[in-house]
Amino acid sequence: MFDYYLNLALRSLRRNRVLTALMIITLALGIGASITTLTVLRLLSGDPLPQKSAQLFYAQVDPYTSDGYVPGKTKPQRLMAYPDAMNLLHAHQARRQAAMALTDAKIAPLRAGEHPFFSNGVMTTADFFTMFDAPFRYGGGWTADDDENRAQVVVISDFLNDKLFGGASSVGRTIRVNDHDLRIIGVLKPWAPQPRFYAQGLGGRSYGDGDAVFLPLQTARAASMDPQNDDCWAVADTSKLETAPCIWLGFWAELSSDGEAAAYRRFLSNYVQQQIALGRFSRPEVALSDLPQWLRDEKVVPDDVRLQAGLAFGFLLICVVNTVGLLLAKCLRRSQEIGVRRALGATRRAIFAQFMVEAGIVGMAGGLLGLVFAELGLWCIRHQPAEYAGLAHLDVHMFLLTFLVALVASMIAGLLPAWRASLLAPGSQLKAA
Amino acid sequence: MEIRPILASLRKHRIPAILIVLEIALACAVLCNAVFMIGQRVVDIHRSNAIDEQGIGVITVDGADPKMASSEIPRNLARLRGIAGVQAVAVTNTVPLSNNNWGWAFGTNPDTRFNDAVNVSAYFLGEGGDKALGLQLLQGRFFNPDEYADSKRGTMPLVDTHVVIVTQSVAERMWPGQPPLGKVLYSKPLAYTVVGVVADVLRPFVNSQRAWNSIFFPLSPDSALSYYVVRSAPQDRDRIVLQAQQALSELDPIAVVKGHSFTDIRDKYFADMSSMAWMLVLVCVVMLAVTAFGIVGLTSFWVQQRRRQIGIRRAVGATRGHIMQYFQTENFLLSSAGIALGMVLAFAINLYLMHHYEMTRMPWFYPPGGAIALWLLGQLAVLGPARRAAAVPPVVATRSV
Repeated sequence: MFDYYLNLALRSLRRNRVLTALMIITLALGIGASITTLTVLRLLSGDPLPQKSAQLFYAQVDPYTSDGYVPGKTKPQRLMAYPDAMNLLHAHQARRQAAMALTDAKIAPLRAGEHPFFSNGVMTTADFFTMFDAPFRYGGGWTADDDENRAQVVVISDFLNDKLFGGASSVGRTIRVNDHDLRIIGVLKPWAPQPRFYAQGLGGRSYGDGDAVFLPLQTARAASMDPQNDDCWAVADTSKLETAPCIWLGFWAELSSDGEAAAYRRFLSNYVQQQIALGRFSRPEVALSDLPQWLRDEKVVPDDVRLQAGLAFGFLLICVVNTVGLLLAKCLRRSQEIGVRRALGATRRAIFAQFMVEAGIVGMAGGLLGLVFAELGLWCIRHQPAEYAGLAHLDVHMFLLTFLVALVASMIAGLLPAWRASLLAPGSQLKAA
Repeated sequence: MEIRPILASLRKHRIPAILIVLEIALACAVLCNAVFMIGQRVVDIHRSNAIDEQGIGVITVDGADPKMASSEIPRNLARLRGIAGVQAVAVTNTVPLSNNNWGWAFGTNPDTRFNDAVNVSAYFLGEGGDKALGLQLLQGRFFNPDEYADSKRGTMPLVDTHVVIVTQSVAERMWPGQPPLGKVLYSKPLAYTVVGVVADVLRPFVNSQRAWNSIFFPLSPDSALSYYVVRSAPQDRDRIVLQAQQALSELDPIAVVKGHSFTDIRDKYFADMSSMAWMLVLVCVVMLAVTAFGIVGLTSFWVQQRRRQIGIRRAVGATRGHIMQYFQTENFLLSSAGIALGMVLAFAINLYLMHHYEMTRMPWFYPPGGAIALWLLGQLAVLGPARRAAAVPPVVATRSV
């Protein structure tokens, strides 16, 4: 029976080529636009560490003064001051924990005659790599002792290793970062979580390439590397950020169960109460957000991207309504054919099925062409200046989703015309003819 | 034109009529909001900036030895002045739209509370900074050589001086309706007296309506000053930027030296925004085309379905003009219904966007503007089918279909 419907549908579509082409193009434009924007949205709102994101928590306390503080309303500061980050680090109340800040690292060329260049750097503490599952190609990270001893060591990314050492193991070699010689102890495999969750609030971009160098926090500070972002609540000597009334560090903790998270939250509260008692703090608020929550709070997905997706779906809706109209026109024009089929014994259900098959074919063709439009759209996005531009590729999921959207859209579009067609009484149509 | 027969006929074809109305309503709603968003972005992109944007080149020198700043900066400036065509040179800590923001909050009295302080961006100017940037003085004076020479920073976030120049926006925000000269900006324990007011200069990082909250301090050579602003005639600019970049990287091999024209900096800053605006334009055009083709398709079908009736009307004396008018009026009625619905929808979407995004209220004239556009579009789309209808000969009435 399906073969027969297919045959009828193709015949009918061929009979009215302009209208058919119009329907397919309309549907394809709508699908192309929505798949393009949805692909971008999905990339940007993706989970940067799917295997671990539920166990990673961003901790916040608030060292600001009572000036401007509204109990219950003021949210704790996004960043942490150095003493608090160090106190939390040394308390070891989580399975793993690390403090971090972003910095511009000036890297000296290895060959004479080349110019130095800046790369993105992370100054952090020992647990960073194990906590965030950063994979090593050669060597490994540093230890907590290295942190305390300001060991002159550095971990570099695979792309920096390629650039400077042609991809060979550079462990044990020396590079000059901000005019200080550092010994390379590890080289990462390609590692660029999207979004770059640990950079949120620290003044870096959210998407794109990973960081190039990772240094122990105190080593970097001793080489007078400054954080990208700092905020001070009083006039201060910013060359001594460790003791200044300034916040500039992000603090992450690994906690593997709800119980551990609850315990850590209590620990944070107790810590803050203790600081209030000491007179250092005056705001009791703390926050402990898991990674997905932190990304939501930080509004990491740009508003423009969400607006574009909304717009594209509005556009798809217009395209579907348009297709409904055109399908309806097509099917009512064939009232006589339907009358004949009904008179010869076709049931309403059969007529309905026939028109749904026709709509489905339009949908599939629309999906196929929509895929072409989506690839075109993504190609355009890849050539845009946005930092996420390079990531915009269609994956298998989106490929399948395209056809699902196409099928659902065309079925919705076909529902009304098919229903109208199945209602036609056989007699009246034959008489008119 | 008699409307009643049209309404009667529409009542018989309720579903196609509703579809056209719906399509126009959706198109109207999306169009109004999209055009509004395009307009907002165009306004943002074209924000005024009272410096010599066309004549300025900016060379950044990062990673130089901070201890050498006091000797290297005069040396670098002298070298840049030697380039043919250079009119003025100075160092600053940042330039507008560079994303390198030195933010601070000031109050109008020594005890201003944290929440009442006004957020501003601080520009530190080396001597001659006013000329190099092309600042436009509205009141008071620029800094004098002593003020430049005496101002030091050391390791403090702000400079040790007692004078400041503010933009007109800052003056109006902090002392509305009062003469700003001689007023004092406070941030305990610092205090700066306003000696001049300049036309609005953009901040290094523009994220809100307070795009022009900029203030200027004098500063003697200091490691914070890493932006070399080179001013020339616009036609010399690109050559000078290249020469300046080369000259400075030769002078300081350990530093990372990069040169850009200010127009490039501005274009780069707004690139995301302008690509979004172009995308919105594209969506609008395609959407209008789709809507127009939808109207053409449905009306054509209608015309074909009513060939016989049209023939009868022609046979009993209706002119071609009458038939044309009939379809045009019909389309006008459907468009009007769609537009009425669309306007409500447009405001609803705007309200939703205001709640969930950084969006302002849509001015009242957008929906009527969208309405006119869709009326025209409808009339244009219906023209072809209506002419085909008018071409139906009266003799059709005498034939069975």
